[in-house]
Amino acid sequence: MIRVVLPPHLRALARVHGEVTLDVPGPVTRGSVLDALEGRYPVLRGTIRDHVTEQRRPFLRFFACARDLTHEPPDAALPDAVASGTEPFLVIGAIAGG
Amino acid sequence: MSGVRVLVGTHKGAFILASDAKRSRWDVSGPLFAGWEIYHMKGSRADPNRLYASQTSGWFGQIIQRSCDGGKTWDTPGGALTIEPGKPPAGESNKFVYDTSPASGKPLTTHQWYDGTQHPWEFKRVWHLEPSLTDPDAVYAGVEDAALFQTRDGGKTWRELAGLRGHGTGPQWQPGAGGMCLHTVVLDPSNPRRIYVAISAAGAFRSDDAGQTWKPINRGLRSQYIPNPTAEVGHCVHRIALHPSRPNVLFMQKHWDVMRTDDAGDSWREVSGNLPTDFGFVIDVHPHEPETVYVVPIKSDAEHFPPDGKLRVYRSRTSGNEWEALTKGLPQRDCFVNVLRDAMAVDSLEPSGVYFGTTGGQVYASANAGDSWEPIVRDLPAVLSVEVQTLP
Repeated sequence: MIRVVLPPHLRALARVHGEVTLDVPGPVTRGSVLDALEGRYPVLRGTIRDHVTEQRRPFLRFFACARDLTHEPPDAALPDAVASGTEPFLVIGAIAGG
Repeated sequence: MSGVRVLVGTHKGAFILASDAKRSRWDVSGPLFAGWEIYHMKGSRADPNRLYASQTSGWFGQIIQRSCDGGKTWDTPGGALTIEPGKPPAGESNKFVYDTSPASGKPLTTHQWYDGTQHPWEFKRVWHLEPSLTDPDAVYAGVEDAALFQTRDGGKTWRELAGLRGHGTGPQWQPGAGGMCLHTVVLDPSNPRRIYVAISAAGAFRSDDAGQTWKPINRGLRSQYIPNPTAEVGHCVHRIALHPSRPNVLFMQKHWDVMRTDDAGDSWREVSGNLPTDFGFVIDVHPHEPETVYVVPIKSDAEHFPPDGKLRVYRSRTSGNEWEALTKGLPQRDCFVNVLRDAMAVDSLEPSGVYFGTTGGQVYASANAGDSWEPIVRDLPAVLSVEVQTLP
């Protein structure tokens, strides 16, 4: 199971508490994790990446295993610790006020 | 017993203020969608329990919320009307994609940027939701960057009415200080095919074929901040309003100047008269007196607060030119709030109620058409919009 930590506003929108756990078929990449996340919580479509281009929204970042993965290609493999469920994949709202 | 429901959008959530027809005691509920900007929330005239809200965030984008029970429960359209316990909401109600297909006739991809260069159209948020007068599932959405969208399925899917952006003047539209937003949608109650919209900074536009084709209606406007002050487009219209009994008469609060038209926008004339300043954002019309108009003068485009620190609503009973200050119950010293363009509304009770919200978080109500005012709430987040429903 893949563990995903969402920012508070998206947790409220999806009506979840704490981490989200997902079954991700095939290679564990940012794209496949977000596909699984949006498949399970359709209300999140468009809130993390653009509906059409699938580009990351500008004020969001992706962290895991103490690394900034924001600018990694969406089809790059996530760290093994994320794929094994040892570490969560974090969706972070950039600290730009609030 | 009849009553009112005041729908308040703020920078950090939505609030619903409810009262009976006396409008002296209020129940305040909220915040709904806490932490998100609620640019606008409005109810359907065809079904008062059907409400729509524009929930938006610079981080997470646009969400459309819908209630079918007067605001008690909400859902993102596209799934079940109410949330099933333990199941997440569904739907793609936030999918606003500009129409760039050749079939739309004139796909348009750029507008004027602040520096005069051309800039691509980029969706940012929904500023205004205007439900159909007859169908609770039909809603218009005015968005930034300026365009008009429509849903016919209760907000599940949205389609751009591309004839507005594509009618030919789009490359001359430019953003105002708040962005390039389509913030006003006015439906003609006597003619379901007639729609008015206003855009900052492009001007006012009218469609006579239910939104398929559009024309600018800005003759008579004069704006010093564009190269040709009387140009066909480029004017920063802040708000327009009409009375249902006289749909060809519209009133406009422009960046500067309060204007009136008697011919559905074909020509405008200034009716600022004796106002202390004719800059402002809101304008509204008394529900029973078509000649009675309300504005809240703001000092200037550089200083967005009331002149002299006195919060005053001005009322004209003569369709403009002659204005009286309404001050009873409003702060008359040290007040430096703003009243944004969607933050005034009137109910249709007798005597009529007038409501407005401020960037200081106050929502003021008058149960006597403006003669006196009381705050319903004083300490909300900055108020972005105020709408009122008169309930049977």
